[in-house]
Amino acid sequence: MFRNQYDTDVTTWSPAGRLFQVEYAMEAVKQGSAAIGLRSKTHVVLGCVNKANSELSSHQKKIFKVDDHIGVAIAGLTADGRVLSRYMRNECINYSFTYESPLPVGRLVVQLADKAQNSVLYENELTFKAVVLETLIDQVCTQRSWKRPYGVGLLVAGLDESGAHLYYNCPSGNYFEYQAFAIGSRSQAAKTYLERRFENFKDSSRDDLVKDALMAIRETLQGETFKSSICTVAVVGVGEPFHVLDQNTVQQMIDAFDIVGEQEDPAAEPDTDAGQDAAVEPGAAADQGGSTDEGVAPMDI
Amino acid sequence: MTKQQANWSPYDNNGGSCVAIAGADYCVVAADTRMSTGYNILTRDYSKLCKLADKCVMASSGFQADVKALQKHLAARHLIYQHQHNKQMSCPAMAQLLSNTLYYKRFFPYYSFNVLGGLDNEGKGCVFTYDAVGSYEKVGYSSLGSGSTLIMPFLDNQLKSPSPLLLPAQDAVTPLVEAEAVDLVKTVFASASERDIYTGDKLEIVVINADGIHREYMDLRKD
Amino acid sequence: MNFMDSKQPESGLLGPESDSQRTLYPYVTGTSVVALKYKDGILMAADMGGSYGSTLRYKSVERMKPIGKHSLLGASGEISDFQEILRFLDELILYDNMWDDGNSLGPKEVHNYLTRVMYNRRNKFNPLWNSLVLGGVKNGQKYLGTVSMIGVNFEDNHVATGFGNHLARPILRQEWHENLSFEDGVKLLEKCMRVLLYRDRSAVNKLQIAKITEEGMTISQPYSLKTHWELSAFQNPTQGAVGSW
Repeated sequence: MFRNQYDTDVTTWSPAGRLFQVEYAMEAVKQGSAAIGLRSKTHVVLGCVNKANSELSSHQKKIFKVDDHIGVAIAGLTADGRVLSRYMRNECINYSFTYESPLPVGRLVVQLADKAQNSVLYENELTFKAVVLETLIDQVCTQRSWKRPYGVGLLVAGLDESGAHLYYNCPSGNYFEYQAFAIGSRSQAAKTYLERRFENFKDSSRDDLVKDALMAIRETLQGETFKSSICTVAVVGVGEPFHVLDQNTVQQMIDAFDIVGEQEDPAAEPDTDAGQDAAVEPGAAADQGGSTDEGVAPMDI
Repeated sequence: MTKQQANWSPYDNNGGSCVAIAGADYCVVAADTRMSTGYNILTRDYSKLCKLADKCVMASSGFQADVKALQKHLAARHLIYQHQHNKQMSCPAMAQLLSNTLYYKRFFPYYSFNVLGGLDNEGKGCVFTYDAVGSYEKVGYSSLGSGSTLIMPFLDNQLKSPSPLLLPAQDAVTPLVEAEAVDLVKTVFASASERDIYTGDKLEIVVINADGIHREYMDLRKD
Repeated sequence: MNFMDSKQPESGLLGPESDSQRTLYPYVTGTSVVALKYKDGILMAADMGGSYGSTLRYKSVERMKPIGKHSLLGASGEISDFQEILRFLDELILYDNMWDDGNSLGPKEVHNYLTRVMYNRRNKFNPLWNSLVLGGVKNGQKYLGTVSMIGVNFEDNHVATGFGNHLARPILRQEWHENLSFEDGVKLLEKCMRVLLYRDRSAVNKLQIAKITEEGMTISQPYSLKTHWELSAFQNPTQGAVGSW
């Protein structure tokens, strides 16, 4: 199980300059079912694939409304995602309490990234910031979240005075702004689709954006028929507060755009991701990730 | 240096009157828009009504800063409620929340006098009336604030609510239809602004019914 | 918790003056601020006197200051409290600018923030002894609001603090309209300031007028108003008033 002696806690560097715990957390994002996001000048659309843990269970919610102007889609540990989206909701409520205006998206994203950093950096020190965090995080939580990185990636969609935005927040504390992006298992296929088409997104209409979102979601599927019950789509835009589209609307769009399921795998390139489900042994997944880019500090994601 | 102020007080009374009337399928909530301090009018156009949920409107008079703090607090609580339950808070639920919120500050009260009007879960009109520290009662109609001493007896005379002592309990909603209730509200405010210097300028009326929320205004005495 | 500490007499119950750190009454105060919306933005006027009780102690107090790019703050009441408010607004705007992300706090946000600050201080029984006026323009939207020392706040087309509420606002209510030109706006403000100068004993004849529009803000150099004290009513104000001195 143990890969090396440098991965037992978050504060130990490997001689190659890597933090394995952080990389494992990023691996957790890849294990989660896919989430995608794309934006035009006026709208942002989030989408995700709903996977049930077992035949007997329902799937978990992966898209959360944060405020009227912000929403997130998550991949990875859903529990961590919920903690973070609750934090984001709180920040939005507090901001609009003092200023009676919506919190700028970019600022929330930075605060969120700082939170991920805090969970990495302040393991033992009870610094001022850690003390503050302690009061922020719900004490009922079973986790002491600053002792491990959050195992979740968040696509943050939002609208503010500088326009529509789509950000990706990584467990490492890095964040990036995107025109379109996909995370989670088999997200590479969706990324390929989005990369091929993103130049048109800027001037896309809202409905075209939703269509592209559905197409991108379809790319991440493996064998399943594409229908509204296995995906969730949410929109935020000018004059349209963040909301999740109801299943009938999504189904109608799937039918209208005639993007019903293709049974074969549409992505040509081999998927380097660890596989689609948490069913894969975590150790094996980590092994794979480690061997492909040995010695390189993958801090760019 | 001699003291200029007699004694600093954290409170002020900014005046204003509120009325709410419930009917079988509607609720009318109204308040004037004058805001005063002492003999000064601070502004002639300040809304005392606050939409707390889809079917729930609060009218508040008293100390404006406390009222504003209370409204913002309830708005934030309602947002949290929506995030957690994926629905709007019902009017009776909001009524209980308002009571708790007021009582939370029992020993440094919000100096605010609130009436909450809306539709209950059956779509029937309901009115809840409060004191500053949170004791509340479900009634068919109510008036609070600086002009309430003039308005309330008039409403009692016109609407004749069944005694709360009757057994079995009688339904408290008024027998009026919507248009009659709106007319009655206009009349009581026009009358109150004749004698109460803290009531005047403009009347803001909100009607909540199955179609949603509808708002209208009427001019009142400006002197 | 140190046991010695708990033996120390707690303040508050013993008497307000014992070791209080609160403003129980103001020391140096400024009098009215008058402001109005006009065609292109906001105009605001305030004189430069600082009164120590009834003594006119300071004569060059600036009571209007820019807050960030879009807002203008005017204050009456305790001058030191106003300057303290300016210090933490400075910090607020600095942190806002440090994000460097194209978002900025407009007059509405600053006004709301100030409302929270004033109200929180009154909740601690430690008020900032001021009436504040906040005006500004952002994204073509004019904004004019005011906050009192206990947190009472509102927006209006014209506002005034202190004596201005009694003397200036009736004039403003009569003469203000939506399309005031800059010249007419200044004239109207000067009319208000002149009445205040005549009737408010702590007003001084040295004032500034500030303008804020989408293009930016300017605060005028101090100047004085032409007054005419030779009116017979001023010559012998108590003539014919029996029992007056």
